Amino acid sequence: MTLSQRFGKYGGRYVPETLIPALDELEQAYERYREDPEFVAELAELQRDYAGRPTPLYRARRLSEKVGFRVYLKREDLAHTGAHKINNTLGQILLATRMGKQRIIAETGAGQHGVATATVAALAGLECHVYMGEEDIRRQELNVIRMRLLGAEVIPVTSGSGTLKDATNEAIRDWVTNVGTTHYIIGSVVGPAPYPTIVRDFQTVMGVEARRQILEKEGRLPDAIIACVGAGSNAIGIFHPFLEEEEVRLIGVEAGGYGLDSGKHGASLALGALGILHGSYSYVLQDEDGQIQEAHSISAGLDYPSVGPEHAFLRDSGRVAYTSVTDDQALEAFTMLSRLEGIIPALESAHAIAYLSSPECPFGEGDIVILNLSGRGDKDVYSVAAALDMEGA
Amino acid sequence: MNPRMPDPSSANPPAAAVGEEAESRLTQVFALAGRPLLIPYLTGGYPSLEGSRALIDRYLDSGADIVEIGVPFSDPLADGPTIQATSQVALKAGVTPADVFQLAAYATGRGAPVVLLAYLNTILARTPEVFFERCRDSGVLGVVVPDVPVDEAQELQRVARTNGVDVVLLAAPTSTDPRLDRIAASASGFIYCVSVAGVTGARSAVSADLAGFLRRLRARTELPLAVGFGISTSEQAGEVAKSADGAIIGSRLMSLMQEAAGEEAGLEAVGEFLLAAADAVRKARSREDLPGSPTAR
Repeated sequence: MTLSQRFGKYGGRYVPETLIPALDELEQAYERYREDPEFVAELAELQRDYAGRPTPLYRARRLSEKVGFRVYLKREDLAHTGAHKINNTLGQILLATRMGKQRIIAETGAGQHGVATATVAALAGLECHVYMGEEDIRRQELNVIRMRLLGAEVIPVTSGSGTLKDATNEAIRDWVTNVGTTHYIIGSVVGPAPYPTIVRDFQTVMGVEARRQILEKEGRLPDAIIACVGAGSNAIGIFHPFLEEEEVRLIGVEAGGYGLDSGKHGASLALGALGILHGSYSYVLQDEDGQIQEAHSISAGLDYPSVGPEHAFLRDSGRVAYTSVTDDQALEAFTMLSRLEGIIPALESAHAIAYLSSPECPFGEGDIVILNLSGRGDKDVYSVAAALDMEGA
Repeated sequence: MNPRMPDPSSANPPAAAVGEEAESRLTQVFALAGRPLLIPYLTGGYPSLEGSRALIDRYLDSGADIVEIGVPFSDPLADGPTIQATSQVALKAGVTPADVFQLAAYATGRGAPVVLLAYLNTILARTPEVFFERCRDSGVLGVVVPDVPVDEAQELQRVARTNGVDVVLLAAPTSTDPRLDRIAASASGFIYCVSVAGVTGARSAVSADLAGFLRRLRARTELPLAVGFGISTSEQAGEVAKSADGAIIGSRLMSLMQEAAGEEAGLEAVGEFLLAAADAVRKARSREDLPGSPTAR
């Protein structure tokens, strides 16, 4: 087994013994297939013909004019199902079928990963169950309907805060119980090893494309790459191919919720303490006795009280700078991008956009910035309309 | 009532005296009993701190050999709905690990051997050093950590050992032979054998493969093997005790409390259940029935 289970001291496998053989099996399958020509070709074909990759790198002229430097948007909103989540689920479903699994489970927060999982399960003809917090079911109704249309069963989770953290607990409990027949498609760079590595690798396609595209368009690397960070898969995926390019600044934007001093936010890297959540050692929002605290974000996809272990490692090493914006800033950016560019972003991605016009953003004339527009905002229109007191909400 | 056990008042040996060779006090509890043990679980602070003390009393008066006390945790991913619900009740009432250590001290004060069940994050929060010192100070003999597999257990075991406490490792029916080798090689106290692939919670039948699973372990270790997850009747407890050294019962007892009309009725139901279970466990086999078992010597 050559995959590392840790990023520095972060990561690991803190799960019940029952699951360890399944994690070993997954690790071995990934080791075997990741460079297998047939697997690679099948995944590439699906990425191209099914998911619509490569996604465009779009020069956002009016946005650039507004913020005073050149902004390119990596258009993951144009990928099939409307977000970057499909990159991971396509890869994992190919692993699941090769491992002979008949049943797929997933957790979902905003519903994008649930939709992406329901989609690939339909594609592979496998049974699919998606755990979703009841609070998220309420605020992401559109995605619930999509999952059901795709043939998945959406299982409401009422324990805890009824959000992504609790949905993940339930998915893990299901997996422990049905581990022989079931593959758990985890949706982000979290969970026990080898998940953070596998999900990162499948998401790295975004960064690989963006690197090639910016060189074609500008003849040079960008000055910075900006992405939102909840658990962190869209950020890791676009950052990773640039980690060695030290002149490219990498900036992750966490959910500041009502503000970092309000106690209601999702900024695990800013304010978390070291601990264990969902099988991995990382920064976790918790109290002094180690009880996990509820995160808060207007964006369901960033509403998570921990962060992928590789982000913890990249924060400590200083290679990636992490910051946060509030719900209000994200809402403002949501509207701004819609009106300036005719693109309605996901509320998650709106956090990255909000950073562009925040006072701490250091870029100016002559700089080139790539922003990962990780998903589209159709799913968020009701929440946003309600938050903005719009008519028709 | 209880098996003969090491005097808990001698539970604070100086750290230097606890070498790796010193036999675990937890293992001794099994060996001295010479028969399978009944190990009931309660969530610390459920239904209240006072209610937990009443449960401990009732357990000890109804045939409990070891008491297992859970440190309530916000995200207990190895637990089914029953224990999740009891944990939530305790947390909402503000129960902390410090309260659970007081409950443990109460039980050890009554002469009971005590093990805790704690998720890793509650151990890390105030550091393993502090956690296991508190275990030692309250007479706790072992700690079951359901989210720490053998591969990640070494550092915890080191800190626990310097305090004379065992980290109780879990083995599962899905564990491969090489993994059972590793578990057997580094376990101490006893091995917590998970009866089925799944989370805690009452089930209608004990896995048919259980005896085979225990034989695989028995071939690798002389440590006591206690079985938990899913034991929900006294008959099942007796069945388990035919091939195991201990039967751990948790969710069933917690749901008897939840379903009872009041705390007193719950305690009655729990006591009645445990008396029958203790009888079944004790009658399950005699000393000679199970070669290789430390409780059959």
